[in-house]
Order: sequence, then structure tokens, then C-alpha cells
Amino acid sequence: MLRFIFKRLLMIIPVIIGISFIIFSIMALTPGDPARLILGESASQTDVELLREEMGLNDNFLIRYVDYMKDVVRGDFGLSYRNRIPVYDEVFARFPNTLVLAFWGITLSVLIGVPIGIISAVKQYSILDTMSLGAALVLASIPAFWLGLMLILLFSLKLNLLPSTGVETWKNFVLPSITLAAGTMATLIRMTRSTMLEVIRQDYIRTAKAKGAGERRLIFKHALRNALLPVITIIGINFGFQLGGAMIIETVFAMPGLGTLMITSVRMKDTPMVMASVLFVAVAVSLVNLLVDLLYSFIDPRIKSQYSKS
Amino acid sequence: MIKQKSGIKRKYKKRSQIKSIMFRYKKNKLAMFGLVMLIIMILIAIFANFIVDYEVDAVKQVMKERLLAPNKDHIFGTDAYGRDIYARIVFGARISLFVGLITITLSLAGGAIIGATAGYYGGKVDNVLMRIMDIFLAIPSILLAISIVAALGAGLFNLLLAMSISQVPRFARIVRSSILTIKDQEFIEAAKACGTKDSRIIIKHILPNAIGPIIVQATLTMASTILTISSLSFIGLGIQAPTPEWGSMLSDGKSQMRYYPHLVIIPGIAIMMAVMSLNLIGDGLRDALDPRLKN
Repeated sequence: MLRFIFKRLLMIIPVIIGISFIIFSIMALTPGDPARLILGESASQTDVELLREEMGLNDNFLIRYVDYMKDVVRGDFGLSYRNRIPVYDEVFARFPNTLVLAFWGITLSVLIGVPIGIISAVKQYSILDTMSLGAALVLASIPAFWLGLMLILLFSLKLNLLPSTGVETWKNFVLPSITLAAGTMATLIRMTRSTMLEVIRQDYIRTAKAKGAGERRLIFKHALRNALLPVITIIGINFGFQLGGAMIIETVFAMPGLGTLMITSVRMKDTPMVMASVLFVAVAVSLVNLLVDLLYSFIDPRIKSQYSKS
Repeated sequence: MIKQKSGIKRKYKKRSQIKSIMFRYKKNKLAMFGLVMLIIMILIAIFANFIVDYEVDAVKQVMKERLLAPNKDHIFGTDAYGRDIYARIVFGARISLFVGLITITLSLAGGAIIGATAGYYGGKVDNVLMRIMDIFLAIPSILLAISIVAALGAGLFNLLLAMSISQVPRFARIVRSSILTIKDQEFIEAAKACGTKDSRIIIKHILPNAIGPIIVQATLTMASTILTISSLSFIGLGIQAPTPEWGSMLSDGKSQMRYYPHLVIIPGIAIMMAVMSLNLIGDGLRDALDPRLKN
């Protein structure tokens, strides 16, 4: 098991190198001179040239990339081009906000989506089933930022119940979390329903039924555990997606998170800031995926035995 | 003689399969509803300039008719510049569907080439190509699109390019997995034994058999593409003003939504309907193509 974890941790490295290289190249190809950006329009050409030399911007692209990665390995993410503050501090200050948002987004969608999916499968073709499938369809098609705007309109502007911007108290996270949860909830409802339906039709469920197991025991003890595997995959995939994809929602709710940081930094051509936030998200996504794989083995003993063999 | 005979037989079989898929699709009421909705939207997009006048209604600013609530002259009201929202929605359909369609065409072409090469040749080629695709998949597609647009500048062409690149890995994966299931079958072996070129085997023999999941993915991708375009426009990196686009209409109306909610409600519903119709079609096609649901 430990060996497996170690192996998976090692596999994160090429992914990180690949992602950082892609983003670094895109940022390097962007027209516009970072030195000019730092010094402002009024600075003289010689000053700009001096700073370019100092920042190593005249070096070959590959050398710059390798230099940057060397610094990163030492824990030095550089200074922001825009306001010369250490990038690490800024990213680290904002990361918790995004993490909290993604966590509640996922938690809400699981707590609501999975039970609805189960009910929908158990009572297939009933009114409840139709209703929850309809809800899933609507939730999957609503643009997240629009849902956010509608929630602000209703709960902040009309009813004055919840704040529409900021991150000061838990109340600030309510609307963004609901917005973020909607899409994943839709996927989870449908996924849980279809896997549950597949599992219920299996022979061993019929056997359990024949042996007189009650419906509750049948579903929770026998069926649910097998139906949960694909559901957990979805949760893992979506957690990564939410960490990065919360960008638009953070913009809607004006939250100081990684998403808003990425968007402004990309627009300002603040390469160190973009790189650091992308790397943070990439590492977090890889770790969550590893966690999901480990969770599998707790739910499915068959997979656990595979790990211990390898 | 023999050749002709087998030709007829294949043609007959193919048609019956498409027919049975269409039959199953038609039975699905929701999917038919989605299809009708999409057809209406496509017709609106094609004939937009017969429905409303682009210059007069959609982009000309009429200051004395600012921020009108929906009324009988402007059924969806007017925006902060006095432009008719109904006209802008109609022309917005053109942009969204056009970008969606071009994006899936480009990303499908790219994904099919990469996925087919990887799946057909296997081994090292497969490993290298798919690892690169995995790396692209690990970057949130909207972030990838944002960086590409930021690097190349906003604008329709760059947006198309950015959206297509970010969707290529998904198609590459699907095409590859379809090819893996088909390439070891006997008829491919037979084609190889006849000395058919690899490119011909892939295009003529493998891809037609893998078309089902690809079409389903294309429909669902088009839905998510329409969502992403409007999101990008919403944060100011997509389609630029004054071109009517649903996402940028939302972002324009955001600051005034407290007193003029119609500015944000109507474009949002338009996006939702477009996305929903494509989702319904995708689901319907998946069910219709799934052999397990045949009976």
C-alpha cells in the first residue's frame, strides 16, 4: 500500500512539469514586455533594458524555464510582476478561500445529489424519479455564473438575507457554494441513479432478497457500496474541476480566491503569479485524485488486494 | 459479381441499423423535444436578419429608450444603451451556435487524428501522445482557454482556437478507446491482409464503427462549449462589444440587475435553453445507440 502511494506521488512529477511548461510557454509567447509592465509607460528604454537583463528576460526561453523551475523546487515562486509582492504569500493567502469553496461545493452536492439519486433509482419511474431527473437536467444546463447572479438577485438584493460579495463570515460562502454545487449535483444524481439501477438488477441482490433481506438493508448494506465506486470517481474528478473551475464563480461573487487571482494575473501578464496558482491547483488536483484512489480500496476490498500485490 | 453482392448486403444492413437507432430516438419524448428546440434555434440563427434588423435593433444605441422593461414594442425590453434585447438574443443565437459548431468540428478533427494514431499504432506512440493529452486534461479547460486568449488577444478567431485546443484531449481519448475495441476484430485483419493502407483502414473501416460515442460526445461538448463561451464573454475575454453575445449581455446587465432584472434573466434563459436542448439530444442519442437498451 505504501509503495503504491509512493509510486503515485512520483507520477505527479511529470504532470507538474508538463503543465508548468505549457503555461510557461503560453505566457512567454504573449506579446508585451514584463519589464515595461513593472516600470510603467513613462520609464526610459535604458531602464527597461537594464531590468530585462536583471530579470533574465533576455535569456533563452528554455533556460528561463529551467531557472524558474529550479527556484520553485527551492520554494521560491518569485515576485509578482504587477506589485512586486512575493507570489507565494499571495497565493497562500487566497488558496484557503478557494479550498473552502470547493469543499462546500462538493459536500453539498454529495449530501443532496447522492440521496436523490438513490431514491430515484429505488422508486424508478415514479413521480419522484421524474422530478429528480428533471431537476438534474435543469441544473446541468444552467450556466453557473447565471445561477450565481440569480441567487444574488433573490437572496441579497431582494430578500437581503445573505451577502453577495466577500469572504468575511460563513454567510459569504453560502451562495457561492450552492452555485458551485449545482453542476456536480446534477452529475451525481444521474450517476448514482444509473449505477444503482445496474447494481439492483444483479444476481446477488436477488439472492439477498430471496433470503429475506428487508429493502433498507438490501439498499444500504448490499447495493450502495457497489454503486458508490463510479460515484466516487465523479466526486474526485469534480473536486479538481471545482478547484480550478471556481474561477467564474469567484468572479461573480467577487471572492479573493485563486480563480480571481488567475484571471487578473493572466490579463496583467503577471507570469509568476499565473504559474504559481496553476501549480497549486495542479498539485491539489493530483493529491485529490490519489486520495480518491485510496478511498476505492476502503470501499472495495478487491482493489485493496490488487494494491498490496503490486 | 461477388463484390457487387456484398456491397448490396452491407448497404441494406447499414440502413436498417440507422433506422432502428432513429426509431429508438423517436420514442424518447424528451430527446425529440430537445431536437425540435435545437432546430428552431438553428433556424433562428440562420434567418436572424429576416427576423430583426441587425443595424437598427441589435447594435444601434437609442438613448431615449434606455432600460425599458419588457413591453409590446420590445418584448424582452431594452438594455442600458437602448438596444432591443429580443434582437440581441436572436443574433446571439447565431454567435453561440456558430462558435459551438466550429469548435466541435476543429476539436473533433484534431482529437480524431491524435486518438486514431495513438490507438491504432499503440506502444510508444500511444504512450507519448496520451500522456501529453493527460497533461492537457489536468489543466482546467477554462483556464487553458483563458491563457490562450490572453496570449493571442481576445477576438472570435482566437476564441475558436482556444476552445478547440482545450477540447481536443477529450475527443482524442474517446476516439482512441473506440479504436482499441475495434482494431483487433477480424474485418480489420482482413483489410490488412488485402494490403490496405493504414490511413484508409482508419478512415474507411474503423472510424465509421466508432461514430456512435463520438457523436454523443460531440453533442455534449457543444453544450459545454456554449457554456464556456458565454463564461469567457462574461469575464470580458470572449466576444467583444458591441457584438451581441449572451454572456456579454449578462455581464453588461450585471451592475443594474437590482432594478432591471430583465437584463440578466433573459440572456441566461437563452443560454440555458441552448445548452439544455443539446444535453437532451446527447442523452437521447446515447440511449438510442446503446445496444444494451435495444430490447
